[in-house]
Amino acid sequence: MDKALGDKRTILILLGPALLVYSLIMLVPIVWSLGYTVMDGNPIIGFQFTGFDNFATFFSDPAAWEAIGFTLKYALVLTVLQVAVGYGLALLYVFWLRKASSLIRTIVFFPVVLPTVAVALLFQRLFEAAPTTGPVNALLNSFGIASVDWFGTPDASFWIVILMDLWRSMGFYAVLLYAGLVDIPDELLESARLDGAHGWKLVRSIVLPLSLPVLLSSLIFSINGTLKVFDTVVALTNGGPGNATTPLTLYMFQTSFTYGDYGYGSTIALMLTILCLLFTVFIFRSTRRDLTKG
Amino acid sequence: MTTASMRRRLLPLGALLGAGALALTACGPADGGSSAGGDDKTFTYLGQTENTTIVKTLETLGGDQCAAEEKAAPLTTDSIAGTQWDQKLQLLAGQGALSDMSMAAGTPSLMQQFIDAGQVQDLSKALDDLGVADKILPAAESTIKALYGGDTLYALPTELNIEGFWYNKQLLADNGIEAPTTWGDLVDAAATLDAAGVQPFAAAGKDGWPVTRLVGDYIVRDLGPDALKKVADGDAKLTDPEYVAAADAVAELGKAGYFGDAVGSVDYNAAMNQFLTGGAAFFYMGSWALANFNDAEQNQIGVDNVGFAQFPDVEGGAGSIDQVPANVGIPVMLSTNGYTDTTADWLKCIAENYGDTVLADSGVVSGFALENPPADLPETTQTVQDVIANAPSSVLWFEALFTSKGTTVSQTNGGGLGNGTLTGAEFMDLVQSANDQG
Repeated sequence: MDKALGDKRTILILLGPALLVYSLIMLVPIVWSLGYTVMDGNPIIGFQFTGFDNFATFFSDPAAWEAIGFTLKYALVLTVLQVAVGYGLALLYVFWLRKASSLIRTIVFFPVVLPTVAVALLFQRLFEAAPTTGPVNALLNSFGIASVDWFGTPDASFWIVILMDLWRSMGFYAVLLYAGLVDIPDELLESARLDGAHGWKLVRSIVLPLSLPVLLSSLIFSINGTLKVFDTVVALTNGGPGNATTPLTLYMFQTSFTYGDYGYGSTIALMLTILCLLFTVFIFRSTRRDLTKG
Repeated sequence: MTTASMRRRLLPLGALLGAGALALTACGPADGGSSAGGDDKTFTYLGQTENTTIVKTLETLGGDQCAAEEKAAPLTTDSIAGTQWDQKLQLLAGQGALSDMSMAAGTPSLMQQFIDAGQVQDLSKALDDLGVADKILPAAESTIKALYGGDTLYALPTELNIEGFWYNKQLLADNGIEAPTTWGDLVDAAATLDAAGVQPFAAAGKDGWPVTRLVGDYIVRDLGPDALKKVADGDAKLTDPEYVAAADAVAELGKAGYFGDAVGSVDYNAAMNQFLTGGAAFFYMGSWALANFNDAEQNQIGVDNVGFAQFPDVEGGAGSIDQVPANVGIPVMLSTNGYTDTTADWLKCIAENYGDTVLADSGVVSGFALENPPADLPETTQTVQDVIANAPSSVLWFEALFTSKGTTVSQTNGGGLGNGTLTGAEFMDLVQSANDQG
């Protein structure tokens, strides 16, 4: 095997096809899109070189800043909730439900496999205010509270998007973190218990530090996934009401394909990439310091 | 060379070819490109899923008056959802793959790009060459030309619509209200109805445009028919106080709850249903809704119970009530790529027969001249024809001359205006800055 992998031709044969496909469908469009950031126009009217105009537009565009604001707010709120609820569920599986947890795990994981559009339709019906009254409003009405137009008010729509995504993803994070928790040796927990660590103290001093690496992975997964949110928002609110729930990704999509401005759309895409990169580096940095101390 | 060593040498080549083929299929069109035009053997049409009238009429023509054309180049139709319409057209136009005939871009500014890029057939010339230029009604022709800013006809008027307030005669009579002729009357009527527990207006706030149309009409009535053209030319801004006043007037209706509690979630069909089941007194809509009004199954209040009032005068305004808000719905265009001899034959046949067929079968008033008008038209349809015949001039709608972005921003925020969460100034600010970005 060593001999085969030492041969350059073998490496080329094994890697070549995958590299070619990857280059053609990933790298080429990325470089292409980078080129568009200094252009103005679309395939119909052609492209013109405009230098850094698109970047200037981006920094002075209130809609872009609103989209960044929404993206950050959404990413932070959802990451915290996803990982916290996921961790809570994982603790529940390991320390409370133990062997009986498989059924609950399956049930909580179930929304992860459902298609986003189906879940969005479900939530649209749940919170519907017109033309028919959805279950949630019907419940409010039965307590004598007037119906709320959930998708017509900016704050309410934000929390419904969060709620739906939390419901959809908490099962995934629970399983991810569960895998990290079951890796903690039983002897270690046993000896900590003998030393008098129980409940919250056990979690804080033993479980949390030992599951920090997997928590870190979850955080990076989550922040990157949530910064790039697209399908949930499109299917549930399509960025509305107005542009109250429009993340950068949707703004980029609309700019490129609805408003026909490929150049500015690519600029927004580049900004989103930089944002994701910054967040990942920031999380890596901050947690690495903790690990070495701890 | 042994077979084994040859096989070894060919292996990397085969792998590369396989990978390349895989990559190429990934770049190919997802739907097999069935709707692309350009050949002489079929006549392709692409439309919006929501609009079944055009495709139904074309199919009827293909089986009857245009049977010879259908035999030479069978009609092949395809459709996609209206919400993705402009995106899809841009992608098709970018690849030079527009259908022989398709509904035009929803945004006139996008249509302008297609025209500038030479993708859309010059119909003034084509119809002249075919000797059927007189089959397009002058009113429809001038509306289309105003829309695309030129002296050339680039689309066929498959509809000719007027817009205004349709009202439930019974509900108005019960509350002692007459059809309003001034904005003040309309606001008073809404207050009276609201106090009596009747929702004054049905409106699709989710779609937005039924609300923003009111803003546009108010501007035209208050500041005169050229007020929106001034905005498009840069001589005025939507954020100027006299323009903001129009948005404020509509926002006040929204704040008072006259559009209903959940107007932001009401879509087109729901609003239509609300009006046709007696759930609201007024309904601002175009005359394309006649098809729904004339359908006894949908219209539970009865077609005789539906009245039409022109958008009212604004007291002291420069506009007048007889300037009818008009549009040609979404007209159809022909692509230059697909304009072959067989397409020209189809065009001639459509120009000669579309008007009669669509009026007789679907009750839609089109911009084509009628040869044999049907004798027994419903009263509402007759009203629309009379208004069109008697109108001295027409005006365009609020977003007609906006950019793609301006149109989208205006319509997505229409719901906010309708439920009172946006003030007139905030709304106009959003729309103006979207238009400025272009």
